[in-house]
Amino acid sequence: MRADGVATVVGDDVDTDVIFPARYLAVLDPQDQAKHLFEPLGPEINAKIRAGGVLVGGWNLGCGSSREHAVTALIGAGARLVIAKSFSRIFFRNAINNGLAVVIAPDLAAAIADGDQVEADLAAGTATVNGVEHAFPPLPPELLALVSRGGLWSPRAA
Amino acid sequence: MGQTLAEKIMSRLAGRSVSAGDFVEIQPDWTFSLDDGIGLIDRYLTANGVDRLAAPERIAVFYDHYAPADTPLHAHVQRVGRLLCERFGIERLYDVGEGISHQVAVESGLVRPGQMVTNTDSHTTTTGAVGAVGCGIGAAEMAYLWAHGRLWFRVPESVRISLNGRLAPGASAKDVVLSILKTVTARGAIYRSVEYHGDGIGQFSLPERMTLCNMGIEMGAKFATVPFDAVTAEHYRNLNAEVGDPPRPDPDARYVEEWSIDLATVEPMVSVPNRVDDVHAIGSLPEVRINQALLGTCTNGRFEDLAVAAGILKGRRIAPGVRMLVTPASKAVYKRALAAGIVETLVEAGCTVTTPGCGACAGIHQGVLAEDEVCISSSSRNFVGRMGNRTARIYLGSPATVAASALAGRITDPRSIPEAVP
Ligand code: SF4
Repeated sequence: MRADGVATVVGDDVDTDVIFPARYLAVLDPQDQAKHLFEPLGPEINAKIRAGGVLVGGWNLGCGSSREHAVTALIGAGARLVIAKSFSRIFFRNAINNGLAVVIAPDLAAAIADGDQVEADLAAGTATVNGVEHAFPPLPPELLALVSRGGLWSPRAA
Repeated sequence: MGQTLAEKIMSRLAGRSVSAGDFVEIQPDWTFSLDDGIGLIDRYLTANGVDRLAAPERIAVFYDHYAPADTPLHAHVQRVGRLLCERFGIERLYDVGEGISHQVAVESGLVRPGQMVTNTDSHTTTTGAVGAVGCGIGAAEMAYLWAHGRLWFRVPESVRISLNGRLAPGASAKDVVLSILKTVTARGAIYRSVEYHGDGIGQFSLPERMTLCNMGIEMGAKFATVPFDAVTAEHYRNLNAEVGDPPRPDPDARYVEEWSIDLATVEPMVSVPNRVDDVHAIGSLPEVRINQALLGTCTNGRFEDLAVAAGILKGRRIAPGVRMLVTPASKAVYKRALAAGIVETLVEAGCTVTTPGCGACAGIHQGVLAEDEVCISSSSRNFVGRMGNRTARIYLGSPATVAASALAGRITDPRSIPEAVP
């Protein structure tokens, strides 16, 4: 499974209240949810993710609430790949179970700057950043399989 | 090699002996869902043509985040959830006014020691207070659990936290957990199961243990638990509930880290905006004037918390220009506080009491902040925009700190008020 795009880089401990405020939790459609993605930080990050499709975080990305809107709003905005130094557990599960490609790789995440072109091969555990190749430990096979088929509910061709 | 509590409980569910790092596909004892996620669950079930559930008797639905509904959309998803319960024969619907899921699940005895709870809420770690384990999950996987009964989990590594000695007067369980967060940070226990032990654990009542476990998620933990002991046994005796011989961690269980806390050194602590782990001893803060004080939430909205605040506010008035919101964590808490005269004391002091539930905690309703306003809150999170406004600032402290601060109009050490130091 491969994913690519242009990186939007955010910092450490980015929480789900910032990614998707609780007052919009009753918004159910991912396209509609995407309108509120990163709303507390202003409109730029939202526009950059829509254009680039890759989110890169620091440590503990997606900490806080269990709201899966933080993941599905990203998907609704066209995100295809999320790379971070580490993830909060529930955000990570939500990504896997909704078929969003996630990579845990401290060195890789540190090597990516805002606007870099990134391409990752999840099964091989390799990524190129502006043409330079990096290696990362791939996800366990059980989880890779789940991501490739599109998550728990949406079987799709890998 | 012995087993941690997480390993024991997940082994029972897996039907074989499992240890940290193993993947299992299991049916948790409980699958709880809330009004803020019920619309999504309905959407997944409908889109996938699910017409019967694997185990409706393991499901409970709680209306706490939108209780009572304040927008047509929130009212709509609550209606969708009620219809869903009716259609699928889900008998446990705790509707508006019953309280916060974690509180109701523990105080009513629904969750028993040794069980595993899943809930579409990150603060499900709270239920670990009864020697159980609980974790938050997302809506897609909750809908999947409703439909299929089983879901993948990984057995977590565990951390042992030893609480030693005795707390000093004026310090509380909230101050203990804030002190831990200060040291271990918001990523100190990512993915791990936190077990509280130590010679000091016996002094913490069940409500205090709920506070300790509640903020386990703020360290990133999957589970946070206090193993079953005499305090837990008494809780179930009072409920006339049979618990049998609940599992406890083995003495030779494997922990990836051990942390110890000398309780005598814990002082009133405050977490300052916008990081939960940016924690300071209250005496070291500069003057912080406040606009709002919030007493409530699954962290500190229990009877004992309201009683502490009432002790401080009795016969006094909160500062002019400050609004203090009191949101009992459940209807049972509310009724007990009414019967004890605590609600009257708080209202006389100038507090506003709101519907049992989450209240203003998540910035959805019932007390959102205006731009640049400052709130002292007994809750667990002070993220940017959490209480509805990106420029508002949230400080976190104990119920005593919240009450003392409301009285003075600025963040105040509760030890400066004689009634706060028994
Ligand atoms: S009280 Fe606050 S932290 Fe607790 S479940 Fe409700 S919104 Fe979440």
